[in-house]
Amino acid sequence: MSKNNNSFNKDRRKFLLAATAATGAVGLTAAGVPFVTSMTPSEKAKAAGASVEVDISKVEKGQLLTTEWRGQPVWVLNRTDEMINDLSAGESNLADPKLKVTSQQPNYCQNETRSIKSNMLVVVGICTHLGCSPTAKLTPKGEMGESWPGGFFCPCHGSKFDLAGRVYKGSPAPTNLVVPPHRYNDDNTLVIGEDKKDEA
Amino acid sequence: MQKTNKSSLMNWVDERLPVSSFIKNHLTEYYAPKNFNFLYFFGALAIVVFVLQILTGIFLTMHYKPDALHAFASVEYIMRDVSFGWLIRYMHSTGASLFFVVIYMHMFRAIIYGSYKQPRELLWIFGVLIFLLLMAEAFFGYLLPWGQMSYWGAQVIVNLFAAVPFIGPDLAEWVRGDYLISDATLNRFFAFHVIALPFALAGLIFLHLAALHSVGSNNPDGVEIKESKDKKTGIPIDGIPFHPYYTVKDLIGLTVFLIVFASIIFFMPEVGGYFLEHNNFVPADPLVTPAHIAPVWYFTPFYSILRAVPPILNSQFPGVAAMGAAVLILFVVPWLDKSKVKSIRYKGTLYKKWLTAFVVSFIFLGYLGTVPSNVWGQFSNLIPGIGGMDVATFVARVLTLIYFSFFVLMPWYSRVDKTKPVPKRVTYK
Repeated sequence: MSKNNNSFNKDRRKFLLAATAATGAVGLTAAGVPFVTSMTPSEKAKAAGASVEVDISKVEKGQLLTTEWRGQPVWVLNRTDEMINDLSAGESNLADPKLKVTSQQPNYCQNETRSIKSNMLVVVGICTHLGCSPTAKLTPKGEMGESWPGGFFCPCHGSKFDLAGRVYKGSPAPTNLVVPPHRYNDDNTLVIGEDKKDEA
Repeated sequence: MQKTNKSSLMNWVDERLPVSSFIKNHLTEYYAPKNFNFLYFFGALAIVVFVLQILTGIFLTMHYKPDALHAFASVEYIMRDVSFGWLIRYMHSTGASLFFVVIYMHMFRAIIYGSYKQPRELLWIFGVLIFLLLMAEAFFGYLLPWGQMSYWGAQVIVNLFAAVPFIGPDLAEWVRGDYLISDATLNRFFAFHVIALPFALAGLIFLHLAALHSVGSNNPDGVEIKESKDKKTGIPIDGIPFHPYYTVKDLIGLTVFLIVFASIIFFMPEVGGYFLEHNNFVPADPLVTPAHIAPVWYFTPFYSILRAVPPILNSQFPGVAAMGAAVLILFVVPWLDKSKVKSIRYKGTLYKKWLTAFVVSFIFLGYLGTVPSNVWGQFSNLIPGIGGMDVATFVARVLTLIYFSFFVLMPWYSRVDKTKPVPKRVTYK
């Protein structure tokens, strides 16, 4: 060991210092991964996100059934013929009547009624604004005012949706309500959380 | 200086831990300006409330259960069955709201006397960080009672993260630990509320005080007392020892504060739904949103800003960004203020007008955040441009503009504002 202060190599020291710090930083990051990952949904939560079966034989025309999938409300609305006919009438007031934001519904619901069966609307009852659950105001007019054609109204920030879950212009909600993946086992059994088989 | 009457025990300790010199440096020989007014109570009060929240919090955790099935019932259990549980919980819930009262007053004080200006920028930044963490702490804590407002408030706030472009939905899912606000969310919010944030807050408060004691307190005149020192002793002429002068004065402030605190706890713990919201006495129900949801009062100015900004390009992110900016802009205030003087006492009318507009807009935004956006009805359809819009939404937009203008235009109006000459020494009657 030399006692001479000038004998050390400055560049080498700098390099060693930087290399040590970098290795330490990589190690710390790696050690952080398990902690960050531990906060993602657990296997149990994922399993609870599996599909649910709903018996829809008792849902009469014009009736709304609220069921639960992944802890979220899912509405099953048996629309009357009048309701279906009125869908196209109000289109000029909608923000996205032609379903341009395709992520809001599966391919097999990319149609005028946003459904597999034209009368049965299946939609996640969570406002696309900030996640409140809108209230069903199915009958036209009434407390919602003379021009209200029937639909859903979010109490939190006033977003309005029609009977196909399409958002009205001027609502804080940016997109239409989400149609979840779903299919029918038979005429009376709706499965929410699984795609229609032939078009998955 | 070696005192002769110091006990041998104290000597023994001092040789191992500098207790005496710490007391000197930070209390008995720490000199604060002699002209503090009542606005200077709030820093000390904030510390008292912090300690109270920690203490009551410890006792609440002894009975509370962070479990979605049991949380609501365990809070009711605390209220009805635990001896003095009602008192401890009301102290905690009232303390939360009063913490914000105290902090808002403390920040207002710093703003009007220019306490963020050079050399106190870092002190101010630590303060804003404390404010940010305090908001997070209050938000996490509000989920714990697992009532309807807890649940839907958390739902709305966590969904703010989902509005972040690209990574949003994954980020929100990561925060929740589930596809919705659930037991997993409650459990982690509990961890943040009782361990992570209190630790971080304590650390930041330490840094805030360390920075304060390094630069010294500002005062209502915005005059640096360190610039006029006694030639012999080197002590600021306008400074008085923190102890006993300000410890005793702060005790008076504390007494008044505790009278208010106790009055609320014993006579109106819910404060008409503002401190404890009515809907939160209903257990959380993921399938039903209450007819009107609003955050607790201390968040409502920022919530109003969120609501006021319309979605742009099918994205609600601008509103979220505006709300974030409303808080984050505080960080750069030391560099926005170009005024030659610190204190409002020597600033001109232009500044005073802007400050008044800011305070009024903050208070009205706060009020609007507690009520539905259709509270004042709609404009007639006949008015071009704003026809059919909610009146309150329109007002909130104007107020939001004023809120931001106060900061964004500060470099301009603080420069052209006509200031008065600042005295060399503090004024004191």
